[in-house]
Amino acid sequence: MSAAKTNEVLLEAKKLTRRFGGLVANQDISVTVARGAIHVLLGPNGAGKSTCINMLSGDLPPSEGTITFMGRDITGLSAAQRSRVGIGRSYQRTNIFPQFTVLENVRLAAQSRNQQPWRIFSKAMEQKWALDKAHACIEEAGLGKRADWVSGVLSHGEQRQLEIAMVLATDAQVLLLDEPLAGMGSDESAKMVELLKKLRATRGILLVEHDMDAVFAVADVITVMVNGQMLESGPPAQIRASVAVQQAYLGTEESFHV
Amino acid sequence: MNAQASLIFKLVALAVLACVPLSGESFYVEMISKMLVMAIFAMSLDLLVGFTGLVSFGHAAYFGIAAYAAALLSPKYDAGNLWLLLPGAVGLSALAAFVIGLFVLRTKGIYFIMVTLAFAQMAYFVFHDTPVGGGSDGIYLNVKPSAAIGGWEPFDLGNGTHQYYFILALMVLVYLFLRRVLQSPFGRVLVGIKSNEHRMQSMGYLTYRYKLGAFTLAGALGGVAGFLYAVLFGFVTPELLSWHESGNVLLMVILGGMGNLVGAVVGAFAFEGMRGVFESWTEHWQLLMGGVIVALVLFLPGGLSSLPARIRRALQGGEAK
Repeated sequence: MSAAKTNEVLLEAKKLTRRFGGLVANQDISVTVARGAIHVLLGPNGAGKSTCINMLSGDLPPSEGTITFMGRDITGLSAAQRSRVGIGRSYQRTNIFPQFTVLENVRLAAQSRNQQPWRIFSKAMEQKWALDKAHACIEEAGLGKRADWVSGVLSHGEQRQLEIAMVLATDAQVLLLDEPLAGMGSDESAKMVELLKKLRATRGILLVEHDMDAVFAVADVITVMVNGQMLESGPPAQIRASVAVQQAYLGTEESFHV
Repeated sequence: MNAQASLIFKLVALAVLACVPLSGESFYVEMISKMLVMAIFAMSLDLLVGFTGLVSFGHAAYFGIAAYAAALLSPKYDAGNLWLLLPGAVGLSALAAFVIGLFVLRTKGIYFIMVTLAFAQMAYFVFHDTPVGGGSDGIYLNVKPSAAIGGWEPFDLGNGTHQYYFILALMVLVYLFLRRVLQSPFGRVLVGIKSNEHRMQSMGYLTYRYKLGAFTLAGALGGVAGFLYAVLFGFVTPELLSWHESGNVLLMVILGGMGNLVGAVVGAFAFEGMRGVFESWTEHWQLLMGGVIVALVLFLPGGLSSLPARIRRALQGGEAK
């Protein structure tokens, strides 16, 4: 994709609403993910961040609203179909194939781009293109030394890196990452932040994250959600200065004394 | 078991099996023939249970459909053509599995178990309660199919030894076929579905189609076993499709160790062997069999195929002390 220009809008969600019975988990959420930018969804527990990312990835159909990817309406597509058009996702709770090696995890992800299910007599391990791709993505995610390890025994941080490698192997243009830093030590966390910055160059990233330092270190755009609604959306400086955000998310001065 | 020991085990087992007809005891030849048929049946189910994570409790349906097809498609007083009957019977089983799979694969977990059982029971009652296959009495396959191609007859299924080697050859072929399939991109996806279907979907795999492919393939191979069973015994009854048979083949897979083709073969031999021994002791053989299965599941959860690794670990543990 040499023609890829930065700031090109890849993923655009307009007025997404999701109801669970009488509960409105998301109301009129609009977010965009542009190439070359990291968009962070921020908010207290229960604000609806996971619901939002689930709607974007296709794990959850929205009750209302539309989602477009590179100009094409993908609101009705399933998670598998969205993966095929170029939206990759990692999960809040590590979601890998724990019995498989790191290589096989990523190789399966690479194979998904050219599935050829009818070829039941060729050997998967002889598909060189998928193996090469897998090795390259493992390297890019910083797991080069772990390729032959059984993924279930990796440290938590390495498993998160593995998830990123799997998303990369699917050629995703947009990465939807649900709390990639959750449960990481400060070392691992710093490495992941570096990785995210590197990946941003050629892709668009939407991130759900709690770690404030990391959020302000990587975000180009921050959307703050409270009670299923968008409170404020803009560059980090704007969010930092916003009185509404401070009140809603950080708590008011008075609330500390009550 | 490491690769070398495993290969040696398989070759020795094959050599022993190849020598069985030399004994000249037709009773044993027929008994082992049946075990080989059941081994094919168990491997076909293991593709679903052990490799794709689909616990089908109605696999006897595809076994029985091919068995009935063998009997019903054969001329009444003449030998049918093996090279037409076998693909025809297997094709019908595959078709049934494909159509049933379209429905049952929309369910998961316990519902999948119940729905596969329900469809198999429907097939059972079709043969049990309608005159199409002789009702509850079943139907005879009077003359075994002929293997003649033009005027040349490579082997004669009416000859017990020939029949035995034909069944053994098919068992080996099915094993090699499934082994190859499991190494293919298709097979790797099935194992991925067993491990984490949700993740497979989020990577862009339309898992329903893969599962349908596996279900159809398993039905077809179950049909190979059913066809051979009909040829071997010359007699087909609705009981072949009953839930008892679906349960038995599931027990063979569990006994041998799920997700291991050799395990499925060993499980089939162990199950049929124990059945033979217990039946000779008492008519309440199922009570003994139940006890053995419970003990095995409790003390050897990985099945018989996990035994070598366990023994080795125990030995190494002993040396370390």
